[in-house]
Amino acid sequence: MTEPSRPNPDALLAEIQREEQSAKRGQLKIFFGMSPGVGKTYAMLEAARVQKAEGVDVMIGIVETHGRVETEALLAGLPIISRKKIEYRGVTLQEMDIDAILARRPALVLVDELAHTNAPGSRHPKRYQDALELLDAGINVYATLNVQHLESRLDVVQQISGVVVREAVPDSVLDQADEIELVDVTPDQLRKRLAEGKVYMGERAATASENFFREETLTALREMALRTTAEHVDQELRDVMRTKRIGAPWKSGQRLGVGVGPSPFSGQLIRWTRRIAAAMDAPWVAVYVETSAALNEDEKRRLTKNLSLARQLGAEVVMTTGDDVAGALLETAHQQGVTEIVVGKPFGNPLLESLRGGSLASRLIRRGGDIDVHVVSGATRMGARARRPWTQHIGMNLLRDCAVGVGAVVAATAVGWLLEGVTGYAAISLVYLLCVVLLAMALNRWAVLLVATLSALAWNYLFIPPIYTFRITSAHDLMMFSMFFVVALAMGHITHQLRTRETAERRRERRASALNRLLESVTASASLEDGLARAVREVDALFRSRTVVLLATAEERLEETPHPASTFSIDAKERAVAAWAFERGQAAGRFTDTLPDAQGLYLPLQTSKNKLGVMGVYFEGRDTWTLDENDLLETFAGQIAVMTESYRSIETVQQARVAEESERLHRTLLDSVSHELKTPLAVIGAATDGLDTVVKDAGLPLTETFLGEIKAANRRLNRIVTNLLDMTRIDSGRLPLNLEWGEVRELLESAVSQVENEVSRERVHITAPEELPLVRLDFGLMEQALCNLLVNAVEHSPTATPVEMSAQLDGGTLLLRIRDHGPGLAAGEEKKVFEKFFRGTGSRPGGTGLGLSIVQGIARAHHGDIDAENSPTGGAVFTIRLPVETTARPV
Amino acid sequence: MTTERTVLVIDDEPPIRRLLRLTLEPQGYRVFEADNGQLGLQEAAARRPDVIVLDLGLPDMDGVTVLKRLREWSQTPVLVLSVRDREADKVAALDNGADDYLTKPFGTEELLARMRAVQRRAPEAQEEPVFVSGDLTVDLASRTVMVKKKEVHLTATEYALLRELVRHAGRVVMHAQLLRAVWGPNSENQSQYLRVYITHLRKKLETTTSGKLIQTEPGIGYRLLASE
Repeated sequence: MTEPSRPNPDALLAEIQREEQSAKRGQLKIFFGMSPGVGKTYAMLEAARVQKAEGVDVMIGIVETHGRVETEALLAGLPIISRKKIEYRGVTLQEMDIDAILARRPALVLVDELAHTNAPGSRHPKRYQDALELLDAGINVYATLNVQHLESRLDVVQQISGVVVREAVPDSVLDQADEIELVDVTPDQLRKRLAEGKVYMGERAATASENFFREETLTALREMALRTTAEHVDQELRDVMRTKRIGAPWKSGQRLGVGVGPSPFSGQLIRWTRRIAAAMDAPWVAVYVETSAALNEDEKRRLTKNLSLARQLGAEVVMTTGDDVAGALLETAHQQGVTEIVVGKPFGNPLLESLRGGSLASRLIRRGGDIDVHVVSGATRMGARARRPWTQHIGMNLLRDCAVGVGAVVAATAVGWLLEGVTGYAAISLVYLLCVVLLAMALNRWAVLLVATLSALAWNYLFIPPIYTFRITSAHDLMMFSMFFVVALAMGHITHQLRTRETAERRRERRASALNRLLESVTASASLEDGLARAVREVDALFRSRTVVLLATAEERLEETPHPASTFSIDAKERAVAAWAFERGQAAGRFTDTLPDAQGLYLPLQTSKNKLGVMGVYFEGRDTWTLDENDLLETFAGQIAVMTESYRSIETVQQARVAEESERLHRTLLDSVSHELKTPLAVIGAATDGLDTVVKDAGLPLTETFLGEIKAANRRLNRIVTNLLDMTRIDSGRLPLNLEWGEVRELLESAVSQVENEVSRERVHITAPEELPLVRLDFGLMEQALCNLLVNAVEHSPTATPVEMSAQLDGGTLLLRIRDHGPGLAAGEEKKVFEKFFRGTGSRPGGTGLGLSIVQGIARAHHGDIDAENSPTGGAVFTIRLPVETTARPV
Repeated sequence: MTTERTVLVIDDEPPIRRLLRLTLEPQGYRVFEADNGQLGLQEAAARRPDVIVLDLGLPDMDGVTVLKRLREWSQTPVLVLSVRDREADKVAALDNGADDYLTKPFGTEELLARMRAVQRRAPEAQEEPVFVSGDLTVDLASRTVMVKKKEVHLTATEYALLRELVRHAGRVVMHAQLLRAVWGPNSENQSQYLRVYITHLRKKLETTTSGKLIQTEPGIGYRLLASE
């Protein structure tokens, strides 16, 4: 009963993640319109001014006013980030300076015309990518966009307006917008504004009005803009209802699939599917079936483009292999839970199609079972797409193959002529058959078909009586001819299929074995260096490339110099591309959308837990980069990252173990040394204590004096030993701070009581403000530091002169000062007094020169420091400065 | 010295053992010795001493281990006497059941005072629950605190803190222990409260002539001076 109203946990989780992510991300607001001139920029600037008035840090990233006066007036008072000038073929182009914005970090940035294409050499090819990066950096963005630039609407706009739109923004950008504001005017109004010259100036206005701004076009565009906005609002509403438990329509459970190939028509299919999927609120999958037929460079490029289009529009891209495209599509569809398949309307020759078992659409329909098939018309309705010339259709390879085929038939005929006298005309068919089978192993299947047909005809014409005619008189010959024809075709087909399957198999095999080799090689490595060198060798051999590896430091920063295993070195500019890929965890550089002008292609080396570095690959003389290759390289990068991570973690564990062991050894050593040194001191101390009463009772004044000397010497010795041991501890860097809250005054007083034997209480004057807050320090160590300073002060000043000790808080810094009234420091000794074993001029004999070094060590362990100077009124002043945490006094 | 008290000295250094014997016997202690941890535990079981003086650096096992084993069956007061002067070492020993900690080299008077302190019963357990130290008098039955015969008014928290110190007079009481006793079990990280209340207590109890009543053991805790 309660089942239907319970929110789906996955949906909730997705919503929470989106909320969390958007908490870090900037908010995107898009001012959306049907065409230029509706006033998007105007609306955006007005909204920005409101924000500015509310005290938000608003800056203009880029705004194009197109000379519109009203718009320009709105710019006043909004700070502008100056544009970046980019030289391109002698022309200076101005683009939004994304680095300046990232450095300045305003709260809100205005980015006009998301669909703009950046000048070559910019970080991203498109401005919307700049905007996305700003959002990722946590900066809010106001942007403008026209409906005709929306990727999924391109075809329709082209159809309506007849204008080819080249600048496209993926629909996902619109989907990411936290808010969409539709800027709407009626077509009439817009045309009026155009006529008044408010949109374009002078002549441009006239041509625009004839082309793009016809009333019908505008009406259609307006409807499209309204509908897109409505769909977006609808989607938001559904998201809200779903998470807030309002009984909302649940996802229908539909899942769309679309077949993607190298055909230019594929793009249209992809956009169509995306529109339907969005309307149905269903996820969708783009499936590419790799057949054994080799693709030419053009096709490879188009396929890559189509697949990345699908990915951009939000599809999950799945790749599979098989010569039976319909079968492979259906199999994948079942695996992916696809309920509806979108396929293009066949436009090939119906006769040829039926020879192949029907068009793809009809085969899908026939074998699809419970999967619905949408057949979408494309090319014919579009009218825009002309048939490719047949040469292009079949390609140059086929022409060459046919020529070879014809040549082979001629050669077979010549051989036949020579043999006919000996064997008779029937056996000549075998010569031709041999020719067909041999050629099938090397040629395109259409060429093989041609060879089979030609050989049959040649045999008939030249050898079967009556010769030089195509007529066949005897039933025997007719049967032989027919059988030959069928056998030749079948043999040709089978041989060809065997060969193509074999090549496909070999390619997969090569891929698998490349990965295998990498894994084996890496597994056999003895160290990270060795492993990386091996991996780089494998990558270079497979992709015919040179490779650079930049590893990350422990602080997740890229190391300055490439790893020695690299076979390619990079300059500062390339390094910046690598750094981008590393920081964002995305591929960058050549063959990507980010900084495509770079020399190399940079892939981040990362695992689910760690960012380990970047791998850059530099290709010489290569213009295409297929998805297939990209996948393989990414797999390689993943493996290299895993290897690096495991070596790194081994290193960390070893380092920790070594550190722990040395720590233990160190402690044991110190313990045993202090045991050895202090035990005799303890014995002397206790023994002299014991003698005390005896001597006093016996009344032996001389002995009493001697005993006093022994005691004093023992105390001094004890202090020296303690200092030596402490210095060792500080020097080793193992001085763990035991931070605790405490009173400064208490610290000063307890230090004084610690040195009562050496410094009489009356000599020390303490000044500390009553209302000092509690501070966090290692009180034990700090007390020791003050003791050392007190002892130092009395050692360097005449007996009975006072020693002043004061505490004071200056911002977050605690100042502890000790001042004596002695002769002060000799010139130039201000720094030297803190050096180890330094003995100041006029020091009394017997000190170790360690006391002040220890004070310095303790101050530095607290991230503070100490300095010494002479007071203008005489005597030396030592000041410890400590950055401290303080509390407002609780109570 | 009404009755003869017994002390067990567990230390591997013969001179220290000898000196302790020479120092303690005139004070009325009967001294037993052990030069390693194993023997120390056996002696503790066999002799049932009134107090144990324990060194941490023993040849066969660490002093803290001796403490742990001892505390499994015995509540005999233990005074640790060691050259280790790191706070971590002191805290480890106190946490594992030591009653007080004195570093070598040590003064004889101090050692004797500490030994007396660790053997003293908590005042509640005494016939007369009144604690006197110098000018300070604390009557635990009537909850009155007097300095120089004049009553001092303490807040509930201040009194609770003082009572905990009095119960362990002369011995170090660790921060965590004080916090637990006064503020409850979940307050062990709130050491700044402790500082503030100790300051208040000192202001109220310490006079110019009395000197320091509450001593700070940096990194470890506080000690209420117990005069004899």
